[in-house]
Amino acid sequence: MFAPRSIGFGLLLGLLPLTASADDRSLDVVAPWEITGLDPSTSGYVFARMGIAETLVDTDEDGQPSAGLATAWQVDDDGLTWHFTLRDDVTFHDGSPLDAAGAAESLDHAWRKPGMLDSAPIVAIEAEDNEVVIRLDEAFAPLPALLAHSTTLILAPSAYDDDGAVQELIATGPYRLASVAPPQRLTAERFDDYWGEAAAIGQTSYLAVGRGETRALMAESRDADIVFTLDPASRARLSRNDRLSLHAEPLPRTIVLKVNAGHPFLDDQRARQALSLAVDRNGIASGLLRHPESAAAELFPDALGPWHLGLDASEAQDLERARELLAELDWEANGDGILERDGEPFRLTLRTFSDRPELPLVATALQDQWRELGVELEVAVGNASGIPSGHQDGSLELGLAARNYGLVPDPLGTLLDDFGSDPDNMGGDWGAMGWSDADVAGWLATLRHDTDPEVRSELAGRIATRLNESMPVIPVAWYQQTAAVGTHLEGFSIDPLERSYRLEELRWAE
Amino acid sequence: MSSLTLSRYASRWSSGLRGLLLQRLFQAGLVAWMVGTLTFVLTRTLPGDMAYRIAAGRYGHDMVDSAAAEAVRAELALDQPALTAYLGWLWDLLQFDLGRSLVSGQPVIHELWHQLGHSLSLAVMAVLLSLLLGPPLGLLAGRKPAGLLDRGSEVAASVLRALPPFVVGLLLILLFSVALGWLPAAGHGRFSHNVLPALTLALALAAVSSRVARNAMAEVSESAYFAFSHTKGLGARLSFLRHGLRNAALPVVAYLGVQFVYLIEGVVVVETLFAWPGIGHALVHAIVARDVPMIQGTALVMGLMFVALNTAVDLICHWLDPRRREA
Repeated sequence: MFAPRSIGFGLLLGLLPLTASADDRSLDVVAPWEITGLDPSTSGYVFARMGIAETLVDTDEDGQPSAGLATAWQVDDDGLTWHFTLRDDVTFHDGSPLDAAGAAESLDHAWRKPGMLDSAPIVAIEAEDNEVVIRLDEAFAPLPALLAHSTTLILAPSAYDDDGAVQELIATGPYRLASVAPPQRLTAERFDDYWGEAAAIGQTSYLAVGRGETRALMAESRDADIVFTLDPASRARLSRNDRLSLHAEPLPRTIVLKVNAGHPFLDDQRARQALSLAVDRNGIASGLLRHPESAAAELFPDALGPWHLGLDASEAQDLERARELLAELDWEANGDGILERDGEPFRLTLRTFSDRPELPLVATALQDQWRELGVELEVAVGNASGIPSGHQDGSLELGLAARNYGLVPDPLGTLLDDFGSDPDNMGGDWGAMGWSDADVAGWLATLRHDTDPEVRSELAGRIATRLNESMPVIPVAWYQQTAAVGTHLEGFSIDPLERSYRLEELRWAE
Repeated sequence: MSSLTLSRYASRWSSGLRGLLLQRLFQAGLVAWMVGTLTFVLTRTLPGDMAYRIAAGRYGHDMVDSAAAEAVRAELALDQPALTAYLGWLWDLLQFDLGRSLVSGQPVIHELWHQLGHSLSLAVMAVLLSLLLGPPLGLLAGRKPAGLLDRGSEVAASVLRALPPFVVGLLLILLFSVALGWLPAAGHGRFSHNVLPALTLALALAAVSSRVARNAMAEVSESAYFAFSHTKGLGARLSFLRHGLRNAALPVVAYLGVQFVYLIEGVVVVETLFAWPGIGHALVHAIVARDVPMIQGTALVMGLMFVALNTAVDLICHWLDPRRREA
C-alpha cells in the first residue's frame, strides 16, 4: 500500500517552511474582522490597527486626542477654520515626503466617501504652508476627534487613481504593507524610515478567521501569537493553558435598551427608572457574558474619560424601589402577578436581532427579570433594521442593541446622532425616541462649538448624569475586547478604543 | 480490426459522446437560469431591510443608521421593482456579465475567479486524498468479505460519514495542531495549510468510496469471469489487475459523481472552519450581507461546477466501460 506513505510525504512537505529561523519570525495576529479592500472607508480599521497607516490625530493613554501626523491644531476665533500643523520629516512607504498638499488631498478623498467626516459641516479641505486647513460652515468642536478615525487615514497622493479609488496602500505607519489578499490575509514588514521609534518585531501578518472555535484553537496550537475576541467557552479552556496569557478590556460599545418614551407606559421617567432598577446587571454580566466587569450601570465606560461617572452596577439594582416607583404611577398587581392600570396589563414588546449573538440571550434574561417586577415582556428577534424602522414609524416599544460610543475619542458625534441638539426634534435611530430634554439639547449644542477643555469636561459629566436619571436609553452591559497572547510575547496591551493593536510596542521574550 | 469496423466504432463513440455533451450543455443552461432565479427570489423574500444589511457589510455594524441605509438604497437603486431588477440580471447574464459585488464594489467574476481557485485546489486535493485512502482500502477489504479489515473499515467508514464535516475538522485540528503540533490549525498561504481542510473532506469521501469499492470488489470476486481467470491459470495479482480493477472501478467512479454533492456542501462548512478564502466562505458572507450578485454568482458557479464534474464522471465511465460505447 502506498497511501500512508504519500500522506506522510505530504505532511513532511507541509512542515518544511516551519523550520525558518527565529529572526525573520512573523508576528501573527488573528481576529474576526475581514478585509473588504484597500480603501480606508471600508477597511481602514485593519490598516490602522496593524500600524500600517496613521491619522492626523492619535489618542493618548486616557483616550484623549493627542498628536499624530499633526503635532498641533487650533481653531480661529469664529470656530469655522481649523489649522492642523503637520509633523516634519515624515516619509511615506514609497519614500515620498508627507506634505500639507498630500495630506489635504487624502482627507479630501476621505470626505467624499462615506465615513466619519460626513458628520462634520465641512466646506473645504485645503493646504497652506505646513498646515492642513479645514473650513466649516458652522462651529464643530469635536473635529480633531473625527480625524482620529480610521476612515481618515492619510495615504500618499500616488495611492489613489483618477477616480479617487485606492490603488495601492502607501501610508506612513511603523509597518509597511507587504501583501494583501482580501478578504482574509495581509502581511507587513517593519518600515525602517518611520518617523517615530522603530518597531522591534520585523514581520507581521493578519488573518481574518470568522469562527470563534477556530481562533481559540489557533491560539492553543500557537498558529497565532495574538488572537482577538474569544468566546466564553474557549476562554475558560485557554485560561488553563500556561503558554497563553488572557487579556480583557471594556469597550465603549454598550448593550442598551432603547425606550420609546412616547409610549403611555414609559413616558414618565419613573417607569423607565423602575425598569432599569429591576435589571440584574451583575447576573447578566457574569452568567451570560461571562465577564463580571461587563455590568454597566451607565452608558459610558472608563475609556471615555469625563463621560464616565463611576457608578456601581450592584447599587443599580433595587427591586423594592422599582415596585414603589411603579406603584406611584398607579400600577397594581393583578391575580397573575402582572401589573395592571385601568384594566390594561403592563405588557411590552422588545425588538432585538441576532447579528450579535448575545443580544437575544440578554433579551430573554430581561424578560425573566422583569416578570419579577410584574412586567410582561415579549421578545421579538428579527433584523437589525427593525429598530431604526420602528423608530421612524413610531411602532417600536423597546429595542435592545449594541451602540459604540467610542468610534472616535469623543462620543459627541454619536450623541448628537442619538439625542440631538434641537430641543423640538430630539432622538435618533439608535438613541432616544419620543424623549426631549431642553437642558441636554442645550449642553450638546454648546459642546458642538465650545473648545475649552474645562467646559467640555464639565458638560460631559452633566449630560452623562442627566441621561442616567432620565433614561431615554437604559444601559445594560459593556462589551469586552478579549485577547489570548502567547507568553513568548512581551509588552501587550489592549487599546480600549480599538484604534491600534500596538504592535510596535511588542517584542519577543528572551 | 479492419478499417471499416474502426471507423464505425469511432462514429458510434462520437455520436454517443456528442449526445451526452449536448445534454449536459442544456443542463448547464437550465441550472444557470434556475439557480439564479431561485437565489433572486429567496434573497428578496428574506426578512429585514436589504439596505441596512448591505450597509453593515460595507461599513461595519457600528456605522449603520438610517442615513447610511438610505445612501446605499439610492446608490444601488434597491427601490426599483423586483421584476425590473430580475430582468436586468437576466439580460446581464445572457451577456456573461455577473455584475458587481454590492459590498466590495468589485466585479463578481473577478472575486469568484480568485475564490474559485482556492476552492478548487482544496477540492482536488480532497478527491485525490480520498482516492488514495478509500478505494485501496475497499479493494483490500472486498477480497476477504467479513474479514477483520472489512469489519474494521466498515465501522470506521460509518462513523466518519455520520459525523458532520464540522466535527471531523475540529477533531483533526485538536489532534494534528493542538496535541501534536504538526500542522497549522487554520489559514492559508503555505502548502501545509491545505492538509487539514482537504483531509476533513477526504475522510468522509473515502468513507463512502471505500465501501463502494469493497462491494464492487466483493461482487467481482464472486463473479464467474473472475473465477475463470483463476481457472485459466492467472495468479491473484494478474487476475486482480486484468479482470478485477477495471470492473470494480466503474461503480467507484460513478459514485464519485454523487459524492460531489457532499464535496460542494462540505466546502461551505470546511472553508468557514479553516478560514479558507474559497467560494463556500464567500457564499456564507454574501448571504449575511445580502450581496445578491455575489450570492447569485457563487451559487451559479457551484451549480455549473456540479454539472461539469458530472460530465467528467460520465466521460470517464464512457472510457472505462465499452458497453456504453456500443449501446
